[in-house]
Amino acid sequence: MVDDIDRRIIVATQAGLPLTAKPYLQLATQIGISHDELKKRMQAMQDSGVIRRIGAVPNHYKLGYKANGMTVWDVPDEKVQELGQKIGSLAFVSHCYHRPRHLPEWAYNLFAMVHAHNREEALQQVNVIADILGDNDRGHDVLFSTRILKKTGMRIAS
Amino acid sequence: MDKLDKDIINRLQDGFPISDRPYADVAVELGTDETTLLQRLDIMLQEKTLTRFGPMYHAEKLGGAFSLVAMKIPQHDFDRVVDIVNSFAEVAHNYQRDHEFNMWFVLATETPEQVDGINNKITQQTGYPLYNMPKLQEFYIKLKFFV
Repeated sequence: MVDDIDRRIIVATQAGLPLTAKPYLQLATQIGISHDELKKRMQAMQDSGVIRRIGAVPNHYKLGYKANGMTVWDVPDEKVQELGQKIGSLAFVSHCYHRPRHLPEWAYNLFAMVHAHNREEALQQVNVIADILGDNDRGHDVLFSTRILKKTGMRIAS
Repeated sequence: MDKLDKDIINRLQDGFPISDRPYADVAVELGTDETTLLQRLDIMLQEKTLTRFGPMYHAEKLGGAFSLVAMKIPQHDFDRVVDIVNSFAEVAHNYQRDHEFNMWFVLATETPEQVDGINNKITQQTGYPLYNMPKLQEFYIKLKFFV
């Protein structure tokens, strides 16, 4: 788990990495630890998976991905792991999760987010997934987002 | 957006070095220089071509919890419910979707126990049931968009 100094690193970087030649030195100075310790701690957090990745998050709307669909699938529970790994590895699927059903209103247990330039392309992606699932596809639907109501992201209290 | 911008976006979705001069290291790979890379990143963040640049943290590994929650809201009551749901700081994202289940939000809390408490409050204040869909397994996360 993370300690107090790690938490201070997280709070200092959750809005982003400084855009200066030596970003880790700037953070170290801000937090009051050495440059080497800061780099070592960031590396340790990355190795343990606390940091998923250091990198850029593109605004997919601005990049032309205007059809962002949440595809949902009813697949046999005993196969969800095997099928989820297959679907999650497709290039156009960004996230893939197993989630609980809420019967009778919600029968879907596998969720895969797809990203396309338009709805037609997104529906072709849905067909690719359906082909891979074959008989294991006992029903599916695709929910397109029509409005972002809120987007602030995770925030840790400082 | 020119070829260098696209190269930067594609390269920086694959990770970033933890080194003394990380921007200089990446600039060499991309055939540019540190100053240009920093300028391009600054512009793309200001223009919101990039929503973020930096470490992405794994909420569950910090002791926090995420859950996806769905609601079915009649159209005439939608705006009132949006205001209530969005008033909770723990609601990180909220999307309207074209489906009978028309509101989908992500709750991000510091402990898993807080999820139920907030869901109960939202049900009490809105009068509608919540369909809590925490992830049971995560298969792959890449979030890489080639440009």
